[in-house]
Amino acid sequence: MTVSNVFRAEGLGKTYPGVRANDDISFAVEAGEIHALLGENGAGKSTLVKTIYGLVRPDEGRMTLLGAPYAPQDPRAARAAGVAMVFQHFSLFDAMTVAENIALGMENPPPRAELSRRIAELSRDYGLPLNPARRIASLSAGERQRVEILRCLLQHPRLLIMDEPTSVLTPQEAEILFATLRQLAGSGTAILYISHKLEEIRSHCDRATILRQGKLVGTVDPRAHSARELAAMMVGAEMRLVDRSGRKPGATVLKVRGLSTPAGEGMALKDVALTLRSGEILGIGGVAGNGQEELLAALSGETPTAPGTIALEGRDLSRAGPETRRRAGLLAAPEDRLGHAAVPEFSLAENTLLTAGARQGLIRRGLIDRKAASGFAQEIIRAFDVRTPGPDTAAGALSGGNLQKFVIGREVLGRPLVLVVNQPTWGVDAGAAAAIRQALLDLAAQGAGLIVISQDLDELLELSDRFCALNQGRLSAPRPTEGLTVEEIGLMLGGAHGMEVAHVPA
Amino acid sequence: MFRLEPRASAPLAWQVATPILAVLATMIVGGGLFAAMGFDPLAAIRTIFWDPLFGPASGYSRPQLLVKAGPLILIACGLALGFRAGIWNIGAEGQYIIGAICGAAVALAAYPLDAFWIFPAMILAGAAGGWAWGMVPAVLRNWFGASEILVSLMLVYVAQRIAAWMAFGPMKNPEGFNFPGSRNLQQYDAAANPELIANSGLHWGGVAAVLALAATWFVMSRHVLGFHIRTAGAAPRAARFAGVRPERLVALCLGVSGALAGLAGLFEVAGPAGQITESFGSGYGFTAIIVAFLGRLHPLGILLAGLLMALTYIGGELAQMMLNLPAATVQVFQGMLLFFLLGFDILTRYRIRRRA
Repeated sequence: MTVSNVFRAEGLGKTYPGVRANDDISFAVEAGEIHALLGENGAGKSTLVKTIYGLVRPDEGRMTLLGAPYAPQDPRAARAAGVAMVFQHFSLFDAMTVAENIALGMENPPPRAELSRRIAELSRDYGLPLNPARRIASLSAGERQRVEILRCLLQHPRLLIMDEPTSVLTPQEAEILFATLRQLAGSGTAILYISHKLEEIRSHCDRATILRQGKLVGTVDPRAHSARELAAMMVGAEMRLVDRSGRKPGATVLKVRGLSTPAGEGMALKDVALTLRSGEILGIGGVAGNGQEELLAALSGETPTAPGTIALEGRDLSRAGPETRRRAGLLAAPEDRLGHAAVPEFSLAENTLLTAGARQGLIRRGLIDRKAASGFAQEIIRAFDVRTPGPDTAAGALSGGNLQKFVIGREVLGRPLVLVVNQPTWGVDAGAAAAIRQALLDLAAQGAGLIVISQDLDELLELSDRFCALNQGRLSAPRPTEGLTVEEIGLMLGGAHGMEVAHVPA
Repeated sequence: MFRLEPRASAPLAWQVATPILAVLATMIVGGGLFAAMGFDPLAAIRTIFWDPLFGPASGYSRPQLLVKAGPLILIACGLALGFRAGIWNIGAEGQYIIGAICGAAVALAAYPLDAFWIFPAMILAGAAGGWAWGMVPAVLRNWFGASEILVSLMLVYVAQRIAAWMAFGPMKNPEGFNFPGSRNLQQYDAAANPELIANSGLHWGGVAAVLALAATWFVMSRHVLGFHIRTAGAAPRAARFAGVRPERLVALCLGVSGALAGLAGLFEVAGPAGQITESFGSGYGFTAIIVAFLGRLHPLGILLAGLLMALTYIGGELAQMMLNLPAATVQVFQGMLLFFLLGFDILTRYRIRRRA
């Protein structure tokens, strides 16, 4: 078995500030197999393939390619060694032809006629119909992907990495792609196939390596497991016991009915409904890009919605702007700390003015009370253990975790009736994450209603009383977290069906 | 080789130093340019930067400093508001012209009536005219997403044609022997904007400029409106999150900068210029852009930059008369100033490191 290894990774590790992206990853890809790399967003798939393709240097561990040590300095070295990669996003010039685009990416392009002949030959051999003289602008997404694949095949790679290739394809195009991949594998090429579409992996891949939170879960035969079982492995089976004492759900504070947003750049919300009681934490899970940002913007008031869709203690706030909602007690903390929840160039004191002006009396009759702003910043720094020289420090100079503590602290100290947070501990080190979660639990214990939007299932299970999933802009019916199994969560998050339509970069 | 490394924050020392460096570089390169053209560079620099203040003819040129600096500062104050918010009004020149025409229209309609309300009414009309001209790009941007940069700039040329039409048509002085141009408002006491202190160059426009500086400082550093403007410029999403409505800010910034430019035009037409002529617009609206940036969009900086730019105007004219330097000298100098300022600005955001 070891003889046929095309690629082998041993103990690969990579740490980014505050995040252990890959931890002791070992697996092997054999010649002639389609090997799936499976995991949630943030599980470490991207870091791992970037390491293999020479875009990221691992901190520890080693790799071998065809039995020889392999440590590419850059993608060019990786290509020279026989590793090719098809990215999810294409890098093609619309105004040029297929052949011209492919020639651009080559180190020593052959004469145009010769190249066109080889492209035509390869595309015929692998059943990838493509005319070298066509302009990119006139091609469909599937045809563009074929250009990228042909570009790779011209290098005769031994290992071909495909990053979520079917996310841009129609079902018919996907079938053509799999036929091609099968044929390639048949000729001995190893294929590393990244996806989180479980059904696709079960029907087309020979083996699957599963990552969770940067760690290797294991390498399995996907055909021997159900989609549910694979989802459970992806999501993780551990349930933490949390102390929910001191929290008694009270009266309904927030009611959302028939909330829809127009389809713009992001994901449109479709008929979202939820009810939140005081003292309760509602967890909303889901893969990023399924409407999380849009839901927060609709609740914070950045996107006004149809009348009658959002009511706080019976008062319709659907058309009210962010400042009116804050005065009423509906507070929010967006996911993006730099540039959305805080202004990097401004001092911490100035950043308190973004949301706390009215509730803390920092702005009265339009006049800024700088002393009060500085004092409030100091209060946040003390209460939330924000590590910084003081209120005059620029927000952008803080580490991610400390700025996040500041942002959450600013809203928590605003004594909200309802607080909506998106990804409260994203990119935050474990210590700061624990402190933020505790602060959210304490806030609920004091009687506030909380909506926690997160991709971290452990976090949601730890915090929330009820759980629902956001998928394609639709919110599922909530389920009590108590007694919820990981399999059920997996299915709520889209499960076998929903994963298939989640077009999201890893 | 060298490479640029981003700084975590822009040090105050560099923010103050770069405008000074830009002025010095302009003098050096300008001097080199004059030398290449066969002029004595030192004499030319001295004529432009020194003689207007302390030279033999300074008695005439010193009052001109305030005459020129007043409109520049007044316009730059309004532009700075918008520039801080990332709203680019490039058409202050047009708003200046329209403000002057509207203000002059009130005076010409009232002529020869002598009443106390005429000058205040002209001020209102001037501000309203500039505001309206500034609101055109604001409305087009808010309703149709049109670039306010292009629209405001193109409206300058429309305004210039309107000025020409006024000078040749509706506003032509009926007692002017058929020469183009309106009546001279300097000779119409109820509408004139005279020197307040003899030989100081100070007229009501200078007073308005000082008030505008104070108001700009107050709004930008003490009022929530200034905070919203700065937030919108630094992080538009954060501004939205804070509750700022971008359309309102666009209308406000373009409206206010238009009104201030219109006021500058009114004070000019009722004072130093005296009448609406075909070439009434003399470039103050464009030079004020340089003033705003050279002054770091800060009131104190705008005051100093306005005085400096006024000096290059006067010095440039003096150099034309005394040394026969070409008329384009002033524009070359002003252009170089902005060029060097933007160039040196890199030093506030980056540090230069030698590549290993």
